Amino acid sequence: MTNQAGRFGIHGGQYIPETLMNAVIELEAAYNHYKNDPQFNAELETLFNEYANRPSRLYYAEKLTQALGGAKIYLKREDLNHTGAHKINNVLGQALLAKKMGKTRLIAETGAGQHGVATATAAALMGMECVVFMGEEDTKRQALNVYRMRLLGAEVIPVTTGTATLKDAVSEAMREWTSRIADTHYCLGSVMGPHPFPTIVRDFQAVISKEIKAQMLEKEGRLPDAVMACVGGGSNAIGSFYHFIDERNVRLIGCEAAGRGIDTFETAATINTGKLGIFHGMKSYFCQDAYGQIAPVYSISAGLDYPGIGPEHAWLHDTGRAEYVAVTDDEAVNAFEYLSRTEGIIPAIESAHAVAHAMKIAPEMGKDRIIVITVSGRGDKDCAAIARYRGEDIHE
Amino acid sequence: MSKIQAAFQNGKAFIPFITCGDPDLETTGKIVREMAENGADLIELGIPFSDPTAEGPVIQEANIRALSGGITTDKIFDFVKDIRSDVKVPLVFMTYANVVFSYGIERFAQRCAEVGIDGIILPDVPHEEKEEFAPACRKYGIDFISLIAPTSENRIAEIATDAEGFLYVVSSLGVTGVRSEIRTDLAAITAKIRENTDIPCAIGFGISGPEQAERMSKAADGVIVGSAIVRLIAQHGRNAAPEVGAFVRSMKQAMNR
Repeated sequence: MTNQAGRFGIHGGQYIPETLMNAVIELEAAYNHYKNDPQFNAELETLFNEYANRPSRLYYAEKLTQALGGAKIYLKREDLNHTGAHKINNVLGQALLAKKMGKTRLIAETGAGQHGVATATAAALMGMECVVFMGEEDTKRQALNVYRMRLLGAEVIPVTTGTATLKDAVSEAMREWTSRIADTHYCLGSVMGPHPFPTIVRDFQAVISKEIKAQMLEKEGRLPDAVMACVGGGSNAIGSFYHFIDERNVRLIGCEAAGRGIDTFETAATINTGKLGIFHGMKSYFCQDAYGQIAPVYSISAGLDYPGIGPEHAWLHDTGRAEYVAVTDDEAVNAFEYLSRTEGIIPAIESAHAVAHAMKIAPEMGKDRIIVITVSGRGDKDCAAIARYRGEDIHE
Repeated sequence: MSKIQAAFQNGKAFIPFITCGDPDLETTGKIVREMAENGADLIELGIPFSDPTAEGPVIQEANIRALSGGITTDKIFDFVKDIRSDVKVPLVFMTYANVVFSYGIERFAQRCAEVGIDGIILPDVPHEEKEEFAPACRKYGIDFISLIAPTSENRIAEIATDAEGFLYVVSSLGVTGVRSEIRTDLAAITAKIRENTDIPCAIGFGISGPEQAERMSKAADGVIVGSAIVRLIAQHGRNAAPEVGAFVRSMKQAMNR
């Protein structure tokens, strides 16, 4: 019989060393207290609105809509948030919570660097110490973000173990948390890890779908037909989906990174190629071999380059409530360039995976249909890597 | 009394850990026999995992060496069956939840019983998740061994009450690996355990040499050493067996002076 705490269907749970159990129990108790505390919520809302530039725009992409010739496309502009991505939503929530808990130090993992930058930002704002673990491979792919974190006063520790990417950064952050708990909060960046993280991160990111719903009703007087977002661990996707889960007529589409293709070994499309497993504190789907060894995944996008997916997504997949499609590097790079040229918006290469899928389905949908794509982050950080992908070497 | 508990009858128990297949299974076999002959009371056999989140660098590297040598769970089962013809000390597997889960929990426990494994330690399965794994182990007579950490505090009583085999007491915060000093008040933790169970306690994480082992064993029924041994294997490779044997002998002697 499995423990029911923090389960989404059969997924989730708390598969972590005993050393960390009291830390997550304490975190859950604190969260359950503060989530209903009017003062906490007022402080968080002020941070969201005054500091992070919320609510983010729901922008009607008229040129993109006309160019694709089908469904009407709106972009949820999380790229316009302070620090340039949705990550700030979760980080402000967790940093405020950690501060209320008396913690003075934040640690975090980061892939593309967006979550690391957001954590370093919140730590600077709230006067907390900050240490970010980042795969050495990613520190090269995202050198600018490494500099930003250091500029913000954080210490960045390159992780050289394993594949030196996001999963190894998560493992290293967990190891660090085991060694220093009393003053340290592990500010996990996605809807993954042991309970209560998938719930806490989802709740702080749910502001995205809460706003989409209100903005859509105001602009169109109705709900969209589909909401789409890229999925690595899945935090911007769950944030975009959450308030639509009970709206059965709204299609929810998560776009995974197929890398060089789901029929190759160079992929990070967990739902499309993974199987049920237990890793990084949770039961969910993971890319792994026949003996449960975690697979070395690949995507051009450092933020989607993760062998697992959050447990709530695994459950939304099991129940058929959300669809998970795979988008290749090539398709994402094309979308990155296409959105830049048609709308003058450079999306993060992560978000470009969602744009790419919209480019496939929007033309097949009627003009009376409405799609919302969450642009989870801005693409400035990716320009050098995309240029390299196209065979052009630029110096940042 | 289970075979594991019987291992604690010969003075303070010394429990060495090695990673199976580091650098190859033939060497692992030689090391296991040397350890048994030199006073190991119980041996922990690590099944390597690609991403061992509770391990420090020394054991992480052993996992990588073993996996890159092509080791698999099935090869390790065959290996244990083979050495069981002459190795009589209790053997427990130490691995991660996904290795067992992906094999099939029931199938894994059944294979353990077939080849002569006496217990399983899964550092990423805390008390809350134990009942997903423990029933299959009980069915095949395998002890599911629980861990207690310096942060366990109010959780000690419940974990100890439900404990099977022995209790693995984690000496300090952090991951596995040699430490120069261990400051946790381990006597207080073992005293709290004693209020709830008679099952033996062994202290592990960070113990590297005879003096430390002697000191640690005062607070418990045994001592577990991993990284210090794995480091010897990293140094001596296929010739590590005699070195490890001498180390095990010195540890067992120091603890029972």
